[in-house]
Amino acid sequence: MANLLADPDSGLTPAQLAARHGLRVAGERPSISRYSGQLWRYRHFISAYAQAKLTASFSNARLGQLWQVLTPLTNAAVYFLIFGLVLEQNRNIPNFIAYLTTGLFIFNFTQVSVQQGTQAISGNLGLIRALHFPRACLPLAITATQFQQLLGSMVVLLAIVVATGEPITLMWLMLVPAVLLQTVFNAGLTMVVARLGAKATDLKQVMPFVLRAWMYGSGVLYSVNLFAENLPGWATAVVQFNPMLVYIELARISLLEDTHLLNDSLPLTWLIALGWAAVAGLGGYFYFWRGEQEYGRG
Amino acid sequence: MVNLEMSNDVTVTLPRIQERIPTVVVDDAHVVYRVHKGAAGNTSPVAAFKRMITRTSAPNVRVVHAVRGVTFTAYRGEAIGLIGTNGSGKSTLLRAIAGLLPVEQGAVYTQGQPSLLGVNAALLNDLPGERNVTLGCLAMGMSPAEVRRKLPEIIEFSGINQRGDFASLPMRTYSSGMSARLRFSIAAAKQHDVLLIDEALATGDKAFRKRSEQRVRELRESAGTVFLVSHQLSSVRDTCERTIWLESGEIRMDGPTAEVLAAYEAFTNGK
Repeated sequence: MANLLADPDSGLTPAQLAARHGLRVAGERPSISRYSGQLWRYRHFISAYAQAKLTASFSNARLGQLWQVLTPLTNAAVYFLIFGLVLEQNRNIPNFIAYLTTGLFIFNFTQVSVQQGTQAISGNLGLIRALHFPRACLPLAITATQFQQLLGSMVVLLAIVVATGEPITLMWLMLVPAVLLQTVFNAGLTMVVARLGAKATDLKQVMPFVLRAWMYGSGVLYSVNLFAENLPGWATAVVQFNPMLVYIELARISLLEDTHLLNDSLPLTWLIALGWAAVAGLGGYFYFWRGEQEYGRG
Repeated sequence: MVNLEMSNDVTVTLPRIQERIPTVVVDDAHVVYRVHKGAAGNTSPVAAFKRMITRTSAPNVRVVHAVRGVTFTAYRGEAIGLIGTNGSGKSTLLRAIAGLLPVEQGAVYTQGQPSLLGVNAALLNDLPGERNVTLGCLAMGMSPAEVRRKLPEIIEFSGINQRGDFASLPMRTYSSGMSARLRFSIAAAKQHDVLLIDEALATGDKAFRKRSEQRVRELRESAGTVFLVSHQLSSVRDTCERTIWLESGEIRMDGPTAEVLAAYEAFTNGK
């Protein structure tokens, strides 16, 4: 049955025939510049998909979109009860409620992005196997969805900050670049875990522990000065490069009057924040693109 | 298949056939599945560690050789039926053409990006049909303006509004036939160079089947190539003039639909 000539008329082998008519190998990975171009053309899909996910995630709850605000609030209340009232962390911190909620909301942004990112590919196999689009749309849509959620919780956060007696200053404007840098960082990280989670399905089980450990290392629930007091010098030096600690500290310093940075230098903190955004954003994108032709297989 | 039959009349010159343009070239393609059976067999940590050291593959991975050396060429304007008994590798072959499964050996060349339209292509079930149409069209690379223009047309074609306003209800409330119809309508709304249809026409009622067969014919005329996997020989007969019969991952027969179907029916009845 096997005939070596694909086309009896022209006498070419299949590969020659394909080359002559400009056919390409199925499922080939585009170059990174072409891939970026494709991604740009799919920007409407990314935003529509993010919006759709947001609507769908609350469609079965009676309170609907209200949960966008209720979930972080409930979280903050529980942690305030334990770390504020039971463990009395508030004696080291002037405005503990605002300090805690800022940390929680900023950390939550990254936490949920990463959690959902591990499933960006493995949870959407139906869509991936049915339609062709640059797969980076999926982790990017997750970041966009979470960004929108963050905007919702920011309104609550600002209300809490004002209600606990913080003045409204020009420093608040610093929150905008801080959150944008964090968004780029999140997008990169989400793409990394999306690729990892596509192959290693066990990652979903491991991720909660990693994120929990990360939260404790980011000074969300207690004063960051505890790191300097209780850790050996080299460990404090390492901790101050923790991207989440940096993003949380930047948010706190813009909103709260009486805050101290772990490394005492605001320009250095901004530099670290920028560095992490660049490394994670570009590196994550490149890493995700390298795996483009594997997604949805197996 | 082109017949270059020499006529007895020597004065007649050979018919000048214009060059046919290939859209899919499959060259000795092999597709192999590696199936993880989960935690079975020797799963003790020591054994797993030993495998990591010696770099042998886990014993719970089984290899399934689904497509074994398939070669054919499809041309522009053709509609090709793929038939074969269950598990003969039809759907796997379609996935390989769509570029969703890698070939172990050989190669698959395609023109443009083939679209695979399967009955299990899941959209977002919690969202209304309309939103799913919008999303699906955007995912196929249409512009928002184009989507807005085509939306009523797609809803109309799918016929989901025949029993009241279903387009604004979440897709989880649809019957399986209705959601399959909607998925087909979305995919058929775009001009594809190569359209791969997996059993999609089998769902839906008679009226919808008629409409979709008509649509497949239109897609074909506008210079695309259509592959159709179906167990319904009647729909293969109505839409395809060429048929490939796969058995155990190999091509058993490739030729005009009438011939192949006759042989296939003799084969399945004789079993």
